[in-house]
Amino acid sequence: MKMILDTSGVSKNFKSVEALRDVSISIAPGERVALLGHNGAGKTTLLRIVLGFLRMDEGTVEINGHAPGSAAARRLVSYLPESVAFPKMLTGREIVSYYAKLKGVAKDEVMPTLEKVDLVDAADRRCGTYSKGMRQRLGLAQALVGQPQLLLLDEPTTGLDPVSRQRFYTLLSDIADKGTAVLLSSHGLSELEAKTDRVAILRDGRLVADAPLPELQLAAKLPIRIRIQSTTEDVEQVHNRFGGKRINGAAVEFVCAQPEKMERLSAISELGGAVTDVDVSSPSLDEVYRYFSLRDEQKGADK
Amino acid sequence: MRSVLAIAQYEIQIGVRNRWVVLASVILFVFALLLVLLGSAPSGATKADGLSVVVASLSTLTVYLVPLIALLLSYDAIAGEIDRGTLQLTLACPVSRGEVLLGKFLGHLVVLAIAILIGYGVAGAIGFYFGENTDTTGLVDLGRLIATSIALGGTFIAIGYVASASVRQTGTAAALAVAIWLFAVVLYDLALLGALLVNPEGAFAKTIFPYLLLANPADAFRLFNLTTLDAGVPTGLAAGSSGLPISTHLAILSPFIWMIAGLAVSSLILRRVQP
Repeated sequence: MKMILDTSGVSKNFKSVEALRDVSISIAPGERVALLGHNGAGKTTLLRIVLGFLRMDEGTVEINGHAPGSAAARRLVSYLPESVAFPKMLTGREIVSYYAKLKGVAKDEVMPTLEKVDLVDAADRRCGTYSKGMRQRLGLAQALVGQPQLLLLDEPTTGLDPVSRQRFYTLLSDIADKGTAVLLSSHGLSELEAKTDRVAILRDGRLVADAPLPELQLAAKLPIRIRIQSTTEDVEQVHNRFGGKRINGAAVEFVCAQPEKMERLSAISELGGAVTDVDVSSPSLDEVYRYFSLRDEQKGADK
Repeated sequence: MRSVLAIAQYEIQIGVRNRWVVLASVILFVFALLLVLLGSAPSGATKADGLSVVVASLSTLTVYLVPLIALLLSYDAIAGEIDRGTLQLTLACPVSRGEVLLGKFLGHLVVLAIAILIGYGVAGAIGFYFGENTDTTGLVDLGRLIATSIALGGTFIAIGYVASASVRQTGTAAALAVAIWLFAVVLYDLALLGALLVNPEGAFAKTIFPYLLLANPADAFRLFNLTTLDAGVPTGLAAGSSGLPISTHLAILSPFIWMIAGLAVSSLILRRVQP
Protein backbone atom coordinates (compact mmCIF):
# COMPACT_ATOMS: atom_id res chain seq x y z
CA MET A 1 0.00 0.00 0.00
CA LYS A 2 1.20 3.48 -0.83
CA MET A 3 2.17 5.34 2.32
CA ILE A 4 1.13 8.97 2.74
CA LEU A 5 4.02 9.63 5.10
CA ASP A 6 7.30 7.78 4.98
CA THR A 7 10.24 8.73 7.17
CA SER A 8 13.35 6.64 7.41
CA GLY A 9 16.45 7.05 9.53
CA VAL A 10 15.66 10.66 10.49
CA SER A 11 18.22 12.22 12.81
CA LYS A 12 18.41 15.79 14.07
CA ASN A 13 20.79 17.49 16.45
CA PHE A 14 20.40 20.88 18.08
CA LYS A 15 23.99 21.82 18.86
CA SER A 16 25.05 19.11 21.30
CA VAL A 17 21.52 17.87 22.02
CA GLU A 18 20.35 14.84 20.09
CA ALA A 19 16.72 15.63 19.31
CA LEU A 20 15.96 12.69 17.00
CA ARG A 21 17.96 9.58 16.31
CA ASP A 22 17.25 7.21 13.43
CA VAL A 23 13.45 7.56 13.48
CA SER A 24 11.62 5.53 10.86
CA ILE A 25 7.85 5.62 10.78
CA SER A 26 5.28 5.19 8.02
CA ILE A 27 1.62 6.09 7.93
CA ALA A 28 -0.94 4.72 5.48
CA PRO A 29 -3.95 6.73 4.25
CA GLY A 30 -6.78 6.66 6.76
CA GLU A 31 -4.56 5.52 9.59
CA ARG A 32 -4.58 7.21 13.01
CA VAL A 33 -1.21 7.15 14.71
CA ALA A 34 -0.42 8.57 18.12
CA LEU A 35 3.06 9.87 18.76
CA LEU A 36 3.84 9.72 22.46
CA GLY A 37 6.71 10.92 24.57
CA HIS A 38 7.72 13.22 27.41
CA ASN A 39 8.32 16.90 26.90
CA GLY A 40 11.51 17.11 24.89
CA ALA A 41 11.31 13.56 23.56
CA GLY A 42 11.31 14.90 19.99
CA LYS A 43 7.62 14.83 19.04
CA THR A 44 7.35 18.43 17.89
CA THR A 45 10.77 18.25 16.20
CA LEU A 46 9.57 15.31 14.10
CA LEU A 47 6.37 17.15 13.12
CA ARG A 48 8.34 20.28 12.19
CA ILE A 49 10.66 18.23 10.01
CA VAL A 50 7.68 16.66 8.22
CA LEU A 51 6.32 20.18 7.64
CA GLY A 52 9.63 21.32 6.19
CA PHE A 53 10.19 23.99 8.89
CA LEU A 54 13.34 22.23 10.10
CA ARG A 55 16.00 20.45 8.10
CA MET A 56 16.98 17.00 9.26
CA ASP A 57 20.66 16.10 9.56
CA GLU A 58 20.22 12.58 8.20
CA GLY A 59 17.48 10.41 6.75
CA THR A 60 14.65 10.90 4.28
CA VAL A 61 11.07 12.10 4.60
CA GLU A 62 8.49 11.76 1.86
CA ILE A 63 4.91 12.95 1.84
CA ASN A 64 3.26 10.86 -0.84
CA GLY A 65 6.60 10.94 -2.65
CA HIS A 66 7.16 14.70 -2.25
CA ALA A 67 9.89 16.42 -0.28
CA PRO A 68 8.75 18.05 3.02
CA GLY A 69 8.02 21.75 2.61
CA SER A 70 7.59 21.54 -1.17
CA ALA A 71 4.44 23.12 -2.58
CA ALA A 72 3.12 19.66 -3.55
CA ALA A 73 3.68 18.33 -0.03
CA ARG A 74 2.12 21.40 1.58
CA ARG A 75 -1.00 20.89 -0.49
CA LEU A 76 -1.42 17.47 1.15
CA VAL A 77 -0.53 18.33 4.73
CA SER A 78 -2.37 20.37 7.36
CA TYR A 79 -1.02 21.32 10.73
CA LEU A 80 -2.35 22.32 14.11
CA PRO A 81 0.41 23.51 16.47
CA GLU A 82 0.27 23.02 20.20
CA SER A 83 -0.62 26.62 20.91
CA VAL A 84 -1.99 29.09 18.43
CA ALA A 85 -3.69 32.43 19.04
CA PHE A 86 -5.86 33.68 16.21
CA PRO A 87 -6.57 37.43 15.85
CA LYS A 88 -9.13 38.01 18.61
CA MET A 89 -11.18 40.54 16.68
CA LEU A 90 -11.91 38.29 13.70
CA THR A 91 -14.77 35.80 13.57
CA GLY A 92 -14.37 32.05 13.19
CA ARG A 93 -15.75 32.25 9.67
CA GLU A 94 -13.27 34.95 8.63
CA ILE A 95 -10.33 32.97 9.97
CA VAL A 96 -11.29 29.72 8.27
CA SER A 97 -12.02 31.63 5.03
CA TYR A 98 -8.52 33.07 5.14
CA TYR A 99 -6.84 29.67 5.41
CA ALA A 100 -9.18 28.28 2.76
CA LYS A 101 -7.97 31.00 0.40
CA LEU A 102 -4.33 30.28 1.18
CA LYS A 103 -4.94 26.61 0.42
CA GLY A 104 -6.77 27.48 -2.78
CA VAL A 105 -10.03 25.98 -1.54
CA ALA A 106 -13.44 27.15 -2.74
CA LYS A 107 -15.30 29.53 -0.44
CA ASP A 108 -18.33 27.26 -0.11
CA GLU A 109 -16.24 24.71 1.80
CA VAL A 110 -15.88 27.05 4.77
CA MET A 111 -19.30 26.56 6.37
CA PRO A 112 -19.37 22.75 5.97
CA THR A 113 -15.97 22.65 7.69
CA LEU A 114 -17.23 24.80 10.56
CA GLU A 115 -20.22 22.49 10.76
CA LYS A 116 -17.91 19.48 11.12
CA VAL A 117 -16.33 21.00 14.21
CA ASP A 118 -19.67 22.21 15.53
CA LEU A 119 -18.94 25.92 15.30
CA VAL A 120 -21.76 27.02 13.01
CA ASP A 121 -23.59 28.90 15.74
CA ALA A 122 -20.41 30.72 16.74
CA ALA A 123 -19.20 31.28 13.16
CA ASP A 124 -19.93 35.00 13.20
CA ARG A 125 -18.74 35.67 16.72
CA ARG A 126 -15.28 37.08 17.38
CA CYS A 127 -12.97 34.25 18.31
CA GLY A 128 -11.74 36.25 21.31
CA THR A 129 -15.02 35.21 22.97
CA TYR A 130 -14.48 31.48 22.31
CA SER A 131 -13.84 28.96 25.07
CA LYS A 132 -10.68 26.88 25.05
CA GLY A 133 -12.48 23.90 23.50
CA MET A 134 -13.99 26.11 20.80
CA ARG A 135 -10.60 27.65 19.99
CA GLN A 136 -9.14 24.18 19.64
CA ARG A 137 -11.97 23.21 17.28
CA LEU A 138 -11.42 26.40 15.29
CA GLY A 139 -7.78 25.36 14.95
CA LEU A 140 -8.92 21.97 13.75
CA ALA A 141 -11.33 23.59 11.27
CA GLN A 142 -8.45 25.59 9.85
CA ALA A 143 -6.53 22.34 9.39
CA LEU A 144 -9.48 20.43 7.95
CA VAL A 145 -10.48 22.90 5.28
CA GLY A 146 -9.44 21.63 1.87
CA GLN A 147 -9.53 17.94 2.82
CA PRO A 148 -5.86 17.32 3.57
CA GLN A 149 -4.42 13.85 3.09
CA LEU A 150 -2.25 14.05 6.19
CA LEU A 151 -3.23 15.84 9.38
CA LEU A 152 -0.47 16.69 11.85
CA LEU A 153 -1.78 17.61 15.30
CA ASP A 154 0.58 18.66 18.07
CA GLU A 155 -0.95 17.80 21.45
CA PRO A 156 -4.45 18.68 20.31
CA THR A 157 -6.23 17.53 23.47
CA THR A 158 -4.00 19.11 26.12
CA GLY A 159 -6.16 21.19 28.42
CA LEU A 160 -9.48 19.97 27.07
CA ASP A 161 -12.12 18.65 29.45
CA PRO A 162 -13.06 14.94 29.11
CA VAL A 163 -16.25 15.64 27.16
CA SER A 164 -14.51 17.92 24.65
CA ARG A 165 -11.73 15.37 24.32
CA GLN A 166 -14.18 12.60 23.58
CA ARG A 167 -15.84 14.72 20.89
CA PHE A 168 -12.45 15.54 19.47
CA TYR A 169 -11.60 11.87 19.00
CA THR A 170 -15.00 11.06 17.53
CA LEU A 171 -14.37 13.81 14.99
CA LEU A 172 -10.91 12.42 14.21
CA SER A 173 -12.39 8.98 13.60
CA ASP A 174 -14.85 10.44 11.08
CA ILE A 175 -12.03 12.23 9.31
CA ALA A 176 -9.83 9.13 9.21
CA ASP A 177 -12.74 7.05 7.88
CA LYS A 178 -12.78 9.32 4.84
CA GLY A 179 -9.13 8.46 4.11
CA THR A 180 -7.17 11.23 5.85
CA ALA A 181 -4.16 9.97 7.77
CA VAL A 182 -3.80 11.50 11.24
CA LEU A 183 -0.56 11.81 13.18
CA LEU A 184 -1.16 13.32 16.60
CA SER A 185 1.22 13.80 19.47
CA SER A 186 0.29 13.45 23.10
CA HIS A 187 1.77 13.29 26.56
CA GLY A 188 0.36 9.97 27.66
CA LEU A 189 -1.56 6.92 26.60
CA SER A 190 -4.45 7.55 28.96
CA GLU A 191 -5.27 10.78 27.11
CA LEU A 192 -5.74 8.91 23.86
CA GLU A 193 -8.51 6.75 25.31
CA ALA A 194 -7.36 3.97 22.97
CA LYS A 195 -8.74 5.91 20.02
CA THR A 196 -5.85 5.35 17.61
CA ASP A 197 -4.87 2.50 15.32
CA ARG A 198 -1.23 2.59 16.24
CA VAL A 199 0.94 4.00 18.99
CA ALA A 200 4.50 5.20 18.42
CA ILE A 201 6.57 6.13 21.46
CA LEU A 202 9.61 8.40 21.38
CA ARG A 203 12.12 8.29 24.19
CA ASP A 204 15.04 10.74 24.04
CA GLY A 205 14.67 11.06 20.29
CA ARG A 206 14.53 7.33 19.59
CA LEU A 207 11.48 5.40 18.48
CA VAL A 208 11.07 2.71 21.15
CA ALA A 209 7.66 1.38 20.15
CA ASP A 210 5.46 1.44 17.05
CA ALA A 211 2.54 -0.99 17.19
CA PRO A 212 -1.18 -1.25 17.89
CA LEU A 213 -2.05 -0.76 21.55
CA PRO A 214 -2.97 -4.43 22.37
CA GLU A 215 0.40 -5.54 21.00
CA LEU A 216 2.18 -3.02 23.18
CA GLN A 217 0.26 -4.24 26.21
CA LEU A 218 1.42 -7.78 25.48
CA ALA A 219 4.97 -6.78 24.69
CA ALA A 220 5.30 -4.86 27.94
CA LYS A 221 4.74 -8.15 29.84
CA LEU A 222 3.44 -6.21 32.79
CA PRO A 223 2.02 -8.38 35.57
CA ILE A 224 -1.69 -8.68 36.18
CA ARG A 225 -3.00 -7.92 39.64
CA ILE A 226 -5.55 -10.34 41.10
CA ARG A 227 -7.42 -9.64 44.33
CA ILE A 228 -9.45 -12.34 46.03
CA GLN A 229 -12.15 -11.41 48.49
CA SER A 230 -12.49 -14.22 51.01
CA THR A 231 -13.97 -14.72 54.50
CA THR A 232 -12.11 -14.29 57.76
CA GLU A 233 -12.16 -18.07 58.33
CA ASP A 234 -10.84 -19.05 54.89
CA VAL A 235 -8.41 -16.22 54.18
CA GLU A 236 -5.47 -18.11 55.70
CA GLN A 237 -6.06 -21.05 53.34
CA VAL A 238 -6.28 -18.75 50.30
CA HIS A 239 -3.11 -16.94 51.31
CA ASN A 240 -1.23 -20.23 51.65
CA ARG A 241 -2.43 -21.35 48.26
CA PHE A 242 -1.51 -18.21 46.23
CA GLY A 243 0.93 -16.22 48.33
CA GLY A 244 0.94 -12.44 47.82
CA LYS A 245 -0.14 -10.16 50.60
CA ARG A 246 -3.16 -10.02 52.87
CA ILE A 247 -5.31 -6.94 52.87
CA ASN A 248 -7.98 -5.90 55.41
CA GLY A 249 -8.04 -9.30 57.08
CA ALA A 250 -10.29 -10.93 54.50
CA ALA A 251 -8.63 -10.26 51.13
CA VAL A 252 -5.51 -11.48 49.35
CA GLU A 253 -3.76 -9.70 46.50
CA PHE A 254 -1.06 -11.14 44.24
CA VAL A 255 0.41 -10.56 40.78
CA CYS A 256 0.83 -13.03 37.96
CA ALA A 257 2.20 -12.90 34.43
CA GLN A 258 -0.23 -12.67 31.50
CA PRO A 259 0.19 -16.34 30.32
CA GLU A 260 -0.57 -17.68 33.80
CA LYS A 261 -3.77 -15.74 34.18
CA MET A 262 -6.29 -18.43 33.14
CA GLU A 263 -4.52 -21.13 35.17
CA ARG A 264 -4.73 -18.97 38.29
CA LEU A 265 -8.35 -18.08 37.69
CA SER A 266 -9.37 -21.75 37.42
CA ALA A 267 -7.41 -22.49 40.60
CA ILE A 268 -9.39 -19.73 42.29
CA SER A 269 -12.72 -21.12 41.13
CA GLU A 270 -11.73 -24.55 42.54
CA LEU A 271 -11.70 -22.98 46.01
CA GLY A 272 -15.48 -22.71 45.82
CA GLY A 273 -17.13 -21.10 48.83
CA ALA A 274 -13.85 -19.80 50.29
CA VAL A 275 -13.89 -17.08 47.59
CA THR A 276 -16.64 -14.48 47.59
CA ASP A 277 -15.31 -12.18 44.84
CA VAL A 278 -12.40 -11.84 42.40
CA ASP A 279 -11.00 -8.65 40.96
CA VAL A 280 -8.61 -8.88 37.98
CA SER A 281 -6.87 -5.69 36.91
CA SER A 282 -4.82 -5.52 33.72
CA PRO A 283 -1.98 -3.00 33.61
CA SER A 284 -3.33 0.49 32.99
CA LEU A 285 -2.47 2.44 29.86
CA ASP A 286 -0.31 4.71 31.96
CA GLU A 287 1.69 1.75 33.25
CA VAL A 288 2.23 0.50 29.70
CA TYR A 289 3.34 3.96 28.64
CA ARG A 290 5.71 4.25 31.60
CA TYR A 291 7.22 0.91 30.72
CA PHE A 292 8.22 2.15 27.26
CA SER A 293 8.92 5.78 27.92
CA LEU A 294 11.13 5.52 31.00
CA ARG A 295 14.79 4.75 30.66
CA ASP A 296 15.92 1.39 32.02
CA GLU A 297 17.73 2.91 35.00
CA GLN A 298 14.67 5.00 35.86
CA LYS A 299 12.55 1.87 35.76
CA GLY A 300 14.91 0.27 38.26
CA ALA A 301 14.69 3.28 40.55
CA ASP A 302 10.90 3.22 40.38
CA LYS A 303 10.54 -0.24 41.90
CA MET B 1 -0.86 36.38 -6.60
CA ARG B 2 -4.13 35.02 -5.19
CA SER B 3 -2.36 34.30 -1.90
CA VAL B 4 -0.79 37.77 -1.84
CA LEU B 5 -4.22 39.36 -2.16
CA ALA B 6 -5.70 37.00 0.45
CA ILE B 7 -2.99 37.95 2.95
CA ALA B 8 -3.36 41.67 2.14
CA GLN B 9 -7.12 41.47 2.60
CA TYR B 10 -6.65 39.66 5.94
CA GLU B 11 -4.29 42.37 7.20
CA ILE B 12 -6.72 45.11 6.17
CA GLN B 13 -9.54 43.24 7.90
CA ILE B 14 -7.47 43.04 11.09
CA GLY B 15 -6.46 46.70 10.79
CA VAL B 16 -10.06 47.84 10.43
CA ARG B 17 -11.43 45.49 13.09
CA ASN B 18 -8.93 46.29 15.82
CA ARG B 19 -9.53 50.02 15.23
CA TRP B 20 -6.02 50.64 13.98
CA VAL B 21 -7.33 52.52 10.95
CA VAL B 22 -9.64 54.69 13.05
CA LEU B 23 -6.98 55.43 15.64
CA ALA B 24 -4.29 56.36 13.12
CA SER B 25 -6.75 58.50 11.13
CA VAL B 26 -7.83 60.38 14.25
CA ILE B 27 -4.23 61.02 15.37
CA LEU B 28 -3.23 62.31 11.94
CA PHE B 29 -6.40 64.38 11.66
CA VAL B 30 -6.02 66.02 15.07
CA PHE B 31 -2.41 67.04 14.46
CA ALA B 32 -3.12 68.12 10.90
CA LEU B 33 -6.11 70.19 12.03
CA LEU B 34 -3.96 71.94 14.62
CA LEU B 35 -1.52 72.90 11.90
CA VAL B 36 -4.36 74.04 9.63
CA LEU B 37 -5.70 76.32 12.35
CA LEU B 38 -2.27 77.66 13.29
CA GLY B 39 -1.06 77.82 9.70
CA SER B 40 -3.86 80.01 8.45
CA ALA B 41 -2.80 82.87 10.74
CA PRO B 42 0.44 83.98 9.08
CA SER B 43 -0.65 83.21 5.53
CA GLY B 44 -2.15 86.65 5.17
CA ALA B 45 1.31 88.23 5.27
CA THR B 46 2.65 86.27 2.30
CA LYS B 47 1.40 85.96 -1.20
CA ALA B 48 1.50 82.19 -0.95
CA ASP B 49 -1.54 79.97 -1.24
CA GLY B 50 -3.04 79.46 2.20
CA LEU B 51 -3.24 75.70 1.84
CA SER B 52 0.33 75.46 0.54
CA VAL B 53 1.55 77.06 3.75
CA VAL B 54 -0.33 74.41 5.69
CA VAL B 55 1.17 71.69 3.47
CA ALA B 56 4.65 72.93 4.37
CA SER B 57 3.99 72.39 8.07
CA LEU B 58 2.20 69.12 7.38
CA SER B 59 5.27 67.69 5.66
CA THR B 60 7.27 68.27 8.82
CA LEU B 61 4.51 66.60 10.79
CA THR B 62 4.64 63.63 8.41
CA VAL B 63 8.34 63.17 9.01
CA TYR B 64 7.68 62.52 12.69
CA LEU B 65 4.27 60.87 12.74
CA VAL B 66 4.04 58.69 9.63
CA PRO B 67 7.24 56.68 10.23
CA LEU B 68 6.10 56.10 13.81
CA ILE B 69 2.67 54.83 12.75
CA ALA B 70 4.25 52.72 10.00
CA LEU B 71 6.72 51.11 12.40
CA LEU B 72 3.98 50.44 14.96
CA LEU B 73 2.00 48.75 12.21
CA SER B 74 4.82 46.54 10.99
CA TYR B 75 7.05 45.58 13.94
CA ASP B 76 4.63 42.82 14.96
CA ALA B 77 4.23 41.35 11.46
CA ILE B 78 6.64 38.45 11.76
CA ALA B 79 7.86 38.28 15.37
CA GLY B 80 4.26 38.54 16.59
CA GLU B 81 3.07 35.77 14.30
CA ILE B 82 5.91 33.55 15.50
CA ASP B 83 4.91 34.38 19.09
CA ARG B 84 1.27 33.49 18.51
CA GLY B 85 1.98 30.41 16.41
CA THR B 86 0.07 31.66 13.37
CA LEU B 87 3.14 31.92 11.12
CA GLN B 88 3.39 28.13 11.29
CA LEU B 89 -0.18 27.84 10.04
CA THR B 90 0.41 30.25 7.18
CA LEU B 91 3.66 28.59 6.13
CA ALA B 92 2.10 25.13 6.33
CA CYS B 93 -0.14 26.31 3.48
CA PRO B 94 1.20 26.28 -0.08
CA VAL B 95 2.41 29.92 -0.10
CA SER B 96 5.97 31.16 -0.48
CA ARG B 97 7.57 33.35 2.15
CA GLY B 98 7.99 36.13 -0.39
CA GLU B 99 4.26 36.07 -1.02
CA VAL B 100 3.58 36.28 2.73
CA LEU B 101 5.78 39.36 3.04
CA LEU B 102 4.38 41.06 -0.04
CA GLY B 103 0.80 40.36 1.05
CA LYS B 104 1.45 41.85 4.47
CA PHE B 105 3.14 44.86 2.90
CA LEU B 106 0.21 45.59 0.60
CA GLY B 107 -2.25 45.16 3.47
CA HIS B 108 -0.35 47.42 5.85
CA LEU B 109 0.21 49.99 3.12
CA VAL B 110 -3.52 50.16 2.43
CA VAL B 111 -4.27 50.53 6.16
CA LEU B 112 -1.80 53.41 6.40
CA ALA B 113 -2.99 54.98 3.15
CA ILE B 114 -6.58 55.03 4.38
CA ALA B 115 -5.48 56.72 7.62
CA ILE B 116 -3.40 59.35 5.80
CA LEU B 117 -6.13 60.00 3.23
CA ILE B 118 -8.75 60.50 5.93
CA GLY B 119 -6.53 62.40 8.39
CA TYR B 120 -4.86 64.80 5.94
CA GLY B 121 -7.77 64.81 3.49
CA VAL B 122 -10.37 65.99 5.98
CA ALA B 123 -8.02 68.48 7.68
CA GLY B 124 -6.94 69.78 4.25
CA ALA B 125 -10.54 70.14 3.11
CA ILE B 126 -11.31 72.17 6.23
CA GLY B 127 -8.29 74.38 5.52
CA PHE B 128 -9.36 74.80 1.90
CA TYR B 129 -12.92 75.88 2.62
CA PHE B 130 -12.31 78.02 5.66
CA GLY B 131 -8.85 79.37 4.89
CA GLU B 132 -8.13 82.61 3.08
CA ASN B 133 -6.43 82.92 -0.26
CA THR B 134 -6.83 79.28 -1.20
CA ASP B 135 -6.56 78.02 -4.72
CA THR B 136 -6.20 74.79 -6.66
CA THR B 137 -2.40 74.99 -6.35
CA GLY B 138 -2.91 74.30 -2.67
CA LEU B 139 -4.96 71.21 -3.49
CA VAL B 140 -2.25 69.94 -5.82
CA ASP B 141 0.32 70.48 -3.07
CA LEU B 142 -1.90 68.62 -0.61
CA GLY B 143 -2.33 65.72 -3.05
CA ARG B 144 1.42 65.50 -3.56
CA LEU B 145 1.96 65.53 0.18
CA ILE B 146 -0.58 62.72 0.74
CA ALA B 147 0.94 60.57 -2.01
CA THR B 148 4.51 61.02 -0.82
CA SER B 149 3.47 60.52 2.82
CA ILE B 150 2.03 57.13 1.87
CA ALA B 151 5.31 56.33 0.11
CA LEU B 152 7.30 57.35 3.19
CA GLY B 153 4.99 55.18 5.29
CA GLY B 154 5.67 52.25 2.96
CA THR B 155 9.38 52.78 3.45
CA PHE B 156 9.12 52.52 7.20
CA ILE B 157 6.73 49.57 7.01
CA ALA B 158 9.41 47.74 5.02
CA ILE B 159 12.12 48.78 7.50
CA GLY B 160 9.87 47.59 10.34
CA TYR B 161 9.71 44.14 8.72
CA VAL B 162 13.50 43.92 8.88
CA ALA B 163 13.29 44.51 12.65
CA SER B 164 10.38 42.07 12.98
CA ALA B 165 12.07 39.27 11.04
CA SER B 166 15.38 39.67 12.87
CA VAL B 167 14.07 38.74 16.33
CA ARG B 168 11.69 36.14 17.71
CA GLN B 169 10.04 38.18 20.49
CA THR B 170 7.45 40.87 19.84
CA GLY B 171 8.82 42.96 22.69
CA THR B 172 12.31 43.02 21.22
CA ALA B 173 10.90 43.90 17.81
CA ALA B 174 8.97 46.81 19.37
CA ALA B 175 12.09 48.12 21.07
CA LEU B 176 13.97 47.85 17.81
CA ALA B 177 11.22 49.73 15.96
CA VAL B 178 11.27 52.59 18.47
CA ALA B 179 15.07 52.74 18.22
CA ILE B 180 14.85 52.95 14.42
CA TRP B 181 12.33 55.78 14.64
CA LEU B 182 14.38 57.70 17.20
CA PHE B 183 17.51 57.38 15.11
CA ALA B 184 15.99 58.11 11.70
CA VAL B 185 13.83 61.11 12.54
CA VAL B 186 15.34 62.63 15.69
CA LEU B 187 18.98 61.75 16.35
CA TYR B 188 20.06 61.79 12.70
CA ASP B 189 18.86 65.35 12.20
CA LEU B 190 20.35 66.50 15.50
CA ALA B 191 23.71 65.03 14.54
CA LEU B 192 23.64 66.73 11.14
CA LEU B 193 22.64 70.02 12.70
CA GLY B 194 25.42 69.73 15.26
CA ALA B 195 28.00 69.05 12.58
CA LEU B 196 26.78 72.03 10.55
CA LEU B 197 26.96 74.36 13.54
CA VAL B 198 30.52 73.34 14.30
CA ASN B 199 31.70 74.26 10.83
CA PRO B 200 29.09 76.02 8.66
CA GLU B 201 31.46 76.75 5.76
CA GLY B 202 33.68 73.67 5.82
CA ALA B 203 33.97 70.70 3.53
CA PHE B 204 31.33 68.78 5.49
CA ALA B 205 28.63 71.35 4.88
CA LYS B 206 29.45 71.64 1.20
CA THR B 207 30.13 68.08 0.10
CA ILE B 208 29.02 65.42 2.59
CA PHE B 209 25.96 67.08 4.10
CA PRO B 210 23.75 67.01 0.99
CA TYR B 211 24.44 63.31 0.50
CA LEU B 212 23.63 62.56 4.13
CA LEU B 213 20.38 64.46 3.74
CA LEU B 214 19.47 62.30 0.77
CA ALA B 215 20.53 59.07 2.51
CA ASN B 216 17.83 59.45 5.15
CA PRO B 217 14.43 58.72 3.57
CA ALA B 218 12.63 61.05 6.00
CA ASP B 219 14.96 63.98 5.26
CA ALA B 220 14.77 63.30 1.55
CA PHE B 221 10.99 63.32 1.80
CA ARG B 222 10.99 66.68 3.53
CA LEU B 223 13.51 68.08 1.09
CA PHE B 224 11.37 67.01 -1.86
CA ASN B 225 8.15 68.43 -0.51
CA LEU B 226 9.57 71.73 0.75
CA THR B 227 11.66 72.50 -2.31
CA THR B 228 8.73 71.69 -4.58
CA LEU B 229 6.65 74.16 -2.57
CA ASP B 230 9.46 76.68 -2.44
CA ALA B 231 8.36 78.42 -5.60
CA GLY B 232 5.53 80.06 -3.67
CA VAL B 233 6.24 79.44 -0.01
CA PRO B 234 9.51 80.58 1.50
CA THR B 235 10.64 77.65 3.64
CA GLY B 236 14.34 78.41 3.62
CA LEU B 237 15.26 74.91 2.60
CA ALA B 238 15.98 75.69 -1.03
CA ALA B 239 19.06 77.61 -0.01
CA GLY B 240 20.40 74.73 2.04
CA SER B 241 19.96 72.27 -0.78
CA SER B 242 21.96 74.21 -3.31
CA GLY B 243 24.93 71.89 -2.91
CA LEU B 244 22.88 68.85 -3.89
CA PRO B 245 24.40 66.61 -6.53
CA ILE B 246 21.00 65.97 -8.14
CA SER B 247 17.80 67.84 -8.74
CA THR B 248 15.73 68.05 -5.57
CA HIS B 249 12.83 66.47 -7.45
CA LEU B 250 14.82 63.24 -7.53
CA ALA B 251 15.13 63.29 -3.73
CA ILE B 252 11.83 61.43 -3.58
CA LEU B 253 13.65 58.39 -4.99
CA SER B 254 15.40 57.95 -1.65
CA PRO B 255 12.34 56.61 0.23
CA PHE B 256 11.56 54.27 -2.66
CA ILE B 257 15.09 52.89 -2.71
CA TRP B 258 14.89 52.30 1.04
CA MET B 259 11.49 50.66 0.62
CA ILE B 260 12.79 48.19 -1.96
CA ALA B 261 15.93 47.54 0.10
CA GLY B 262 13.84 46.96 3.24
CA LEU B 263 11.58 44.48 1.48
CA ALA B 264 14.55 42.66 -0.06
CA VAL B 265 16.46 42.39 3.22
CA SER B 266 13.43 41.31 5.24
CA SER B 267 12.50 38.64 2.70
CA LEU B 268 16.07 37.31 2.82
CA ILE B 269 15.91 37.13 6.62
CA LEU B 270 12.43 35.61 6.54
CA ARG B 271 13.74 32.82 4.31
CA ARG B 272 15.95 31.65 7.19
CA VAL B 273 13.33 32.02 9.91
CA GLN B 274 12.16 28.78 11.49
CA PRO B 275 8.53 29.43 12.36
